[in-house]
Amino acid sequence: MQKEIIIAGFGGQGVLFGGQVLAYAAMDSGKDVTWIPSYGPEMRGGTANCTVVIADHEIGSPLVKNPPLAIALNLPSFDKYESMLAPGGTLIVNQSMVDHPQRRNDIHVIMVPCNEIAEEIGDKKLMNMVAMGALLSALPEVSVKDVEKALEAHLPARHKHLLPKNYEALKRGYEHAQKEWDKVPA
Amino acid sequence: MPKELWKGNEAIAEAAVRAGLEAYFGYPITPQTEVLEYLSRRMPELGRAFVQAESELGAVNMVYGAACTGVRVMSSSSSPGVSLMMEGLSYIAGTEVPAVLINVMRGGPGLGNIAPAQSDYNQAVHGGGHGDYPRIVLAPASVQEAIDLTVLSFDLAEKYRMICMLILDGAIGQMMEPAEMPEMKPVNRKDFGWATNGTMGKRDRRLLTSIYLNPLDEEQTNLRLLTRWKQVQTHEVRYKEYFIDDAEIVIVGFGTAGRVALSAVRTAREQGIKVGLLRPITVSPFPIERLDQLTGQARAFLVTEMNTGQMLDDVQLAVHGRVPVEFYGRPGGVVPFPDEILNEIKRIASAPATAHTDARDAWLTRMTAQA
Repeated sequence: MQKEIIIAGFGGQGVLFGGQVLAYAAMDSGKDVTWIPSYGPEMRGGTANCTVVIADHEIGSPLVKNPPLAIALNLPSFDKYESMLAPGGTLIVNQSMVDHPQRRNDIHVIMVPCNEIAEEIGDKKLMNMVAMGALLSALPEVSVKDVEKALEAHLPARHKHLLPKNYEALKRGYEHAQKEWDKVPA
Repeated sequence: MPKELWKGNEAIAEAAVRAGLEAYFGYPITPQTEVLEYLSRRMPELGRAFVQAESELGAVNMVYGAACTGVRVMSSSSSPGVSLMMEGLSYIAGTEVPAVLINVMRGGPGLGNIAPAQSDYNQAVHGGGHGDYPRIVLAPASVQEAIDLTVLSFDLAEKYRMICMLILDGAIGQMMEPAEMPEMKPVNRKDFGWATNGTMGKRDRRLLTSIYLNPLDEEQTNLRLLTRWKQVQTHEVRYKEYFIDDAEIVIVGFGTAGRVALSAVRTAREQGIKVGLLRPITVSPFPIERLDQLTGQARAFLVTEMNTGQMLDDVQLAVHGRVPVEFYGRPGGVVPFPDEILNEIKRIASAPATAHTDARDAWLTRMTAQA
């Protein structure tokens, strides 16, 4: 088993931390994992991305050209990764920040209004966890419970009071995605 | 110790601390800065020396001074910064004191860029500073290996009174992976017979120098260094193999290029191609004997690097024209994707080149034809 996930968005949207939480969840459930950020000048220019590889064997390349899974938290990331996704792959898109529908029909695009859902929960910064919840609907190797446990174990102590809202964000994202999957013809 | 998620650069820093690092001197440069940043907090916490020098030149000469006292000392930098350290490294080598240097390589030459590269292989393995000196060079391909080799580098440097370099690319420096740290070891200052650590009025003074004005003395020094290097070559070669037992095509790659090749090897195996991977862990000393053995088994080699073919020369020396050696590289800060290496494997599997083809020329022709 090996799955590659790219998480992309603006700096400040929690792209890198979201990827780390996923990496912790994979590690804590006994899998091998790599997390690698974009660390170049583009990071300073606004967009950020990280690649997470999860496997049950020693991981080779930590980078992937055509990932089966990706999260696009903003419009530039949607446009970039929609074209790069492997055929049959799943792209979680933050619907709150895009203005056009998908262009490819050989991939699954799951639209999630991450900003609105996060604001309903009471903290717009939770949008990365809403997207993460949605991603987990397409990543059976890592459960919502695994990510909850990873958050509990690795969130800095000063942020521990935010755990319940993070759990809710994960759950709402997961449930929203499940409803979208139900609309997909078998 | 349980596994934790460690970033390569920070893992190296903590591993060095646990191995008994007493003094660090460095200067910030991407993609290595986290080593320095981490130690700027951690070393004072433990009452150990951390200095952000005024430049890499200052840093390497501080390393030189501290190394003469016999304490565990280290610096770290990235390609252009390491170039600045070369004079100091030569003095350290000539004085026969142990020192550890980390090079988190980036695209070059010149200021280049901050993306992952392996273009300092020749500088590290074959040259760098002036004069005739050997040095140990380790090439980790994962965060765990970076930790283990950092610890090992101090032991090797002390054992052979030699510079031990770790060369890794920016990808391993910036990447996070689950890894296990060694136990924290108390600082154990060894009583080296050569260390200039103060006579305390109790012993004769010692002299450490790289000046041998009489050429015959310098010649003896050169021969002594070479004799010691023979010991390193005999005892310290390390490598890791994957799918090698029945491999007809053998890929040779170190660091990130090696682990990217592993992904390609797995896919090729699924497609029934008998391909394996030899990943040198010590690039100096180079696993010449193992390559010599594999030459009897493989019908072709493929060298993959993130440069224009630097380790390629060492593989060709070991293979000695007996079977074809091919090359695939991505220089300048580009990390190859597994499918690029897979394509090379397939090409070699279906139409092997002749031993007379110049591997680098053939690769350059293919690269420029694509562009």
